[in-house]
Amino acid sequence: MTATTATLFSPELAARLDKLVTLYPVRRSALVPMLLYAQDELGYLTDAAISEIAQRIGITELDVRNVLSYYSMLRTAPVGKYHVQVCTNISCMLRGGQELFEHCKNKLGVGHKQTTPDGVFSLEEVECIGACCWAPAVQVNYDFHDNLTPEAMDAVLDQYRKQAGK
Amino acid sequence: MPTLVSHPEEVKLVSSRFGKGATDIDRYIELDGYQAARMAVEKGADWIIAEMKASSLRGRGGAGFPTGMKWSFVPKQSERPKYVLVNGDESEPGTCKDHLIFLHDPHTVIEGTIIAGLAIGAKTGFIYLRGEYRYLLTIMEKAIADAYAKGFLGKGIFGSQLDFDIISHTGAGAYEVGEESALMESLEGKRGIPRIKPPFPAVVGLYGGPTVINNAETIATVPHVLRMGGEAYAKIGSERNGGTRLFGVSGHVERPGVYELPMGYNLKKLIYEVAGGIRGGRQLKAVVPGGSSTPVLLPSEIDLGLDFDQVGKAGSMLGSGGVVVLDETVCMVEFALRTIKFYQHESCGWCIPCREGTDWLKKTLTRFHAGGGEARDIDNIRYLAENMLGKTFCPLGDAAAMPTIGFVKKFRQEFEDHLNGKPCPYAKKQALEPVLA
Ligand SMILES: Cc1cc2nc3c(=O)[nH]c(=O)nc-3n(C[C@H](O)[C@H](O)[C@H](O)COP(=O)(O)O)c2cc1C
Ligand code: SF4
Ligand code: FES
Repeated sequence: MTATTATLFSPELAARLDKLVTLYPVRRSALVPMLLYAQDELGYLTDAAISEIAQRIGITELDVRNVLSYYSMLRTAPVGKYHVQVCTNISCMLRGGQELFEHCKNKLGVGHKQTTPDGVFSLEEVECIGACCWAPAVQVNYDFHDNLTPEAMDAVLDQYRKQAGK
Repeated sequence: MPTLVSHPEEVKLVSSRFGKGATDIDRYIELDGYQAARMAVEKGADWIIAEMKASSLRGRGGAGFPTGMKWSFVPKQSERPKYVLVNGDESEPGTCKDHLIFLHDPHTVIEGTIIAGLAIGAKTGFIYLRGEYRYLLTIMEKAIADAYAKGFLGKGIFGSQLDFDIISHTGAGAYEVGEESALMESLEGKRGIPRIKPPFPAVVGLYGGPTVINNAETIATVPHVLRMGGEAYAKIGSERNGGTRLFGVSGHVERPGVYELPMGYNLKKLIYEVAGGIRGGRQLKAVVPGGSSTPVLLPSEIDLGLDFDQVGKAGSMLGSGGVVVLDETVCMVEFALRTIKFYQHESCGWCIPCREGTDWLKKTLTRFHAGGGEARDIDNIRYLAENMLGKTFCPLGDAAAMPTIGFVKKFRQEFEDHLNGKPCPYAKKQALEPVLA
C-alpha cells in the first residue's frame, strides 16, 4: 500500500505505519506493532483494520488473524474507554491483588473481560505486568498504578470517571 | 512511578544512574555514558570478548549462561547479516528489574547493544519490549533518536568507519515470547511458537542470520564491565558469578524493591536486613528465589549465597533474580494454584505435556483448593508435573513443573490439611489484611 491509497487510519498513524514496514529486513516484522498501534487508535482491531494491515504487509487476512489471536493484548471487540487491568499474579496476590480485583468487580459492577453499560470502564484480571516490587499493581490502558489499596483504587477510578466526563 | 529503594550494602553499577535524569543524553554522557562504546570502537571485537570472558558475567534473563562465551560462539564469517536482540519481554512473575533500567537508564541499553554488535560483527540491533511497557518504549525511542542525532548510531558511529542501527520493537502480551527462539519468531511477525534447537541462534537466528540474544539487564551491565575492566568486575561477585545483580524483592517484606547487590549475597540477609524483614514481624513461611518458575525454599534453606551455582546446589535456581517472600499467612496450595494458572494461561499449546499438563494441574488444584480434594490427588499432582519435565520443546514446561513439584514436596502437610472437604484452613488469616501496612 502506498501513502496515496485510502487508509482508515489518521494521517499520523498512516505515516507511522508506512515507515514501520520499511524499518526491518522483512515487512512482516512490523505486524505486531502495527496491530497494537492500530488498536490504540481504533479501540480494537476491526475487520477493515485487519484487511488494511494485511495489504500493507502483503500477507493474507487469515495470516494476520492467526497472529493476532496469539497475543493477549490484541482484541477484535471493543473494551471500555478505560481498560482496568488488575494483576493477581503471585507478588500482587501476596499484597492483596485478588482482593483488589474483587473490589473493582464490586465497584464497577462488571466481571472479568466485561464493560460497564456506559462504556467508560472495562475490567480484566491480568498476569504479571512487571511491577511486582510495587504490588499490588494495576494498569489502566497503558498507565501503571502501584502500591494500591482499595481506597487508593477508588481514587484512581474516580479520577478516570471525571476525565471521561470531559 | 515505581519507588526507588536504597540500602548501604548495595553496590550500584547498573542502578548507579537510577533517579539521576540519565534519560537525557547529555546527562548520561556527564555520568560517564558512551565511554565504553568509544573504547569498544577503538579496541575492537577480540578485546571486548576477552574482557567479557574475564568478567564472568552470566546472563540475567534466567539461565545464567556466560555472556562472553555466548558471544564467542557467533561465527566470524557469515553470508547472512548478524543481529543483536535485546530481550526486554520481562514477564516472569516476580520480576520488574528491566522495567527500572528502561525507565531510568535507556542509554545504557543502547550502549550495551552497540558493544555486543561490535563484538560479534553485527550492524543491527533490536530492542524488544513487552507490549505492556508502552511508556518505556516511548522513552527508549527518544533515547535512540538522540543517539542517532549525536552520531552514536547510524553511519560511522563515533567518527569511525563502522555502522550500527538500533530498532526498538513492541510485543503485544505473551510470556512465552520471552523464550529466545519464540522471541525471534515474534520479531519476525509470527505467533510466538519456539523453534527447535539446534541450530542455535548464534548460528541460525533472526532472519536466518547469526544472532546474539541477551536479557536487557545483561546488556545494561556490559558498558560497566568494559569501563572497570573484566577482572575488576569479576572480583565484585562470587566464583564464576561475576559482578552485581538487580534483585527484586517482593511479597511480604517491609521494604520491597529492586536492590543491586554482589552476586553471592546472602539470601537471608537480603530478606531480613536489606528488605527490612517480614512485614509486621510475622514468621517467614517460604521464599521463591528467582521468579515464579524457580522451586520454593523453606526458611531453613535460605542461609545461602545468591549466585547461579549456590542456589542450584540448594535445589532451586537463581532465575531472573525475582525474590518472592511469603509469610505465615499464605496458603501454599492456593499459591501453587496461582502459579500453575499462570503457566496454563501462557502455554503456547504446541506440545502435549505442557498444554495438557498445565491444564490438568490447574483443574486438579482448583478442585483441591476448593475442598474437593482426595488423598490420591496429592501424588497425582506431583506425578503430572514430573511427567512434564524434560519432555517439551521449550523450557516453559519445566518452568511450570518444577515449582509445582517443589510445593508438593516441601508443603505436603498443607495439601493434606485441605482433604476431607474442609474449607481452606489458611485462607481466612490472609483475607482483608491492610494491603500495605
Ligand atoms: C518461557 C520462557 C520465558 C522467558 N522469558 C524471558 C524474559 O522475559 N526475559 C529474558 O531476558 N529472558 C527470558 N527467558 C530466557 C531467554 O530464553 C534467554 O535465555 C535470555 O533472554 C538470554 O539472555 P541472557 O543470556 O542475557 O540471560 C525466558 C525463557 C523461557 C523458557
Ligand atoms: S513447552 Fe509449552 S510453551 Fe514451550 S513449546 Fe511446548 S507447549 Fe509451547
Ligand atoms: S505479580 Fe503483579 S506485577 Fe508482577
